[in-house]
Amino acid sequence: MRGETVVKKEPAFDVQKYRRDFPALNQAVYGKPLVYLDNAATTQKPQCVIDTLDRYYSRENANIHRGIHYLSQQATDAYDEAREKVARFINAKESREIIFVRGTTEAINLVSQSYGRTFLKEGDEVLITTMEHHSNIVPWQILCQQTGAKLRVAPINDAGELILPEFEKFLNSKTKFVSLVHVSNALGTVNPVKKIIQMAHERKIPVLVDGAQSVPHIPVDVRDLDCDFYAFSGHKLFGPTGIGVLYGKSEFLEKMPPYESGGDMISAVTFEKTLYNKIPYKFEAGTPHIAGVIGLSSAIDYLNQLGLQHIAGYEHELLEYGTKALQAIPGLRLIGTAKEKASILSFVLDYAHAHDIGTILDQEGVAIRAGHHCAMPLMDRFGVPATARASLAFYNTREEIDALVHAIQRVYEVFK
Amino acid sequence: MSEINELYQDLILDHSKKPRNYHVLEGASRKVEGYNPLCGDRYTIYVNLDGNVIKDIGFQGSGCAISKSSASMMTASVKGKTTSEVNELFGHFHVMVTREEAGKYDREKLGKLTVFHGVSEFPVRVKCATLAWHTLKAALEGDGKTVTTE
Repeated sequence: MRGETVVKKEPAFDVQKYRRDFPALNQAVYGKPLVYLDNAATTQKPQCVIDTLDRYYSRENANIHRGIHYLSQQATDAYDEAREKVARFINAKESREIIFVRGTTEAINLVSQSYGRTFLKEGDEVLITTMEHHSNIVPWQILCQQTGAKLRVAPINDAGELILPEFEKFLNSKTKFVSLVHVSNALGTVNPVKKIIQMAHERKIPVLVDGAQSVPHIPVDVRDLDCDFYAFSGHKLFGPTGIGVLYGKSEFLEKMPPYESGGDMISAVTFEKTLYNKIPYKFEAGTPHIAGVIGLSSAIDYLNQLGLQHIAGYEHELLEYGTKALQAIPGLRLIGTAKEKASILSFVLDYAHAHDIGTILDQEGVAIRAGHHCAMPLMDRFGVPATARASLAFYNTREEIDALVHAIQRVYEVFK
Repeated sequence: MSEINELYQDLILDHSKKPRNYHVLEGASRKVEGYNPLCGDRYTIYVNLDGNVIKDIGFQGSGCAISKSSASMMTASVKGKTTSEVNELFGHFHVMVTREEAGKYDREKLGKLTVFHGVSEFPVRVKCATLAWHTLKAALEGDGKTVTTE
């Protein structure tokens, strides 16, 4: 030892190794390597998730909570274990606080209809924000029509950040529910949800957090956030489509009526009266998406191996690289420049419409989304009809950002 | 020529940058708004009908290069035509961009509008190319309601 300081270095994020886990990434479109930058729409699936689904349908398929036979017990165990795993993944206190649903949309609808219709009345207010996805606007609009409650919308600034003092002004004695997005799908803004939840709880207002775009990118701890409900989708988390999660604090779930009714959600039925099952089963009527749950469980195992802390660090570097690269393009304007951002590069060009950008990029093998991203009020806020959106995952690379920049150059060549 | 250059031909780009008949028509006898909720394209078409003949036509709005140039070139090609001639023209245009009915359309009747043949390689862009036409059709049929592509 010659006295030099030894800096302990994190092992480098081996993106090429992880890319090999995703068969869909290894293909060409129009004779060009696929550059998949539409991860906010849905993510690709690692081989382990595909294998899990294959194994389930090939050898393990059976219904759960019903059969007395071997396969049914195996499936039930795998299903219940998945619930435990999801609970640990977001640090829920108990696994019965995890309800399997079709996706974030169904989770929000469940809360708005079950909680909202029971506990909200005329004159009450529901508070959302300007940057919500339609799935966190329309369910509340419908609830307001049903109950006579009023929907209020907290504003954002030009960078796409919530204006907290303004937000706080919207919290009043009539506010009976707050529902907001953790990470905006159209802007990438990471909202200070912990602080917002504190503000709401000081006034005894429950809060739902739409976590569809956050769980794939940042570690989420529902007990640290102290949110009352948290919703996310499996397919944006490298798992199957058609499966999602609603986390709810047990004290809320227990006092909420069932959302759908049928088998599994009951404990005893006569033609006169039905006793409902306990949570979480009360909210899981009918045969659930067993394969989806087991596939999601496998996706969570995969993510745990990589470590979300590790993923977030890599993606942050990639986002910075992409932001600099796009900002250097003449005529390009980034929509969404919040200080706290995750994995989204939404932009417009002053010489081409988003839809034209999307078509030309696609021909270059670069898959992005062009449109309003199911956030039409947000597009109005920025005065644009649509944006082009590149959304990153941990398997994207700097070379792919370079391919995006090169493809945008191609748009310029066509439109110059 | 690459499929992209086949789609974005010079004539199309010229019309998208400098749309013709791009104005409100004062005292228009028909006015209809067309909207594509998928991409946010939105145009209003104004028509002055003399009997069943399009005496004058104008449009305004915003959208992608394909939708705007299609609206512009449509207005240029339907002026002076009767409503039934316009319907026939739209029929040929529709077949050209969708390749429906075995892709048989009258190139001569379409004239310059054949520049949009490249759209058929891009099925998701058919709605862009036909938005103005659907809107004009609604204007001529005269129910005055907003038309959408959905």
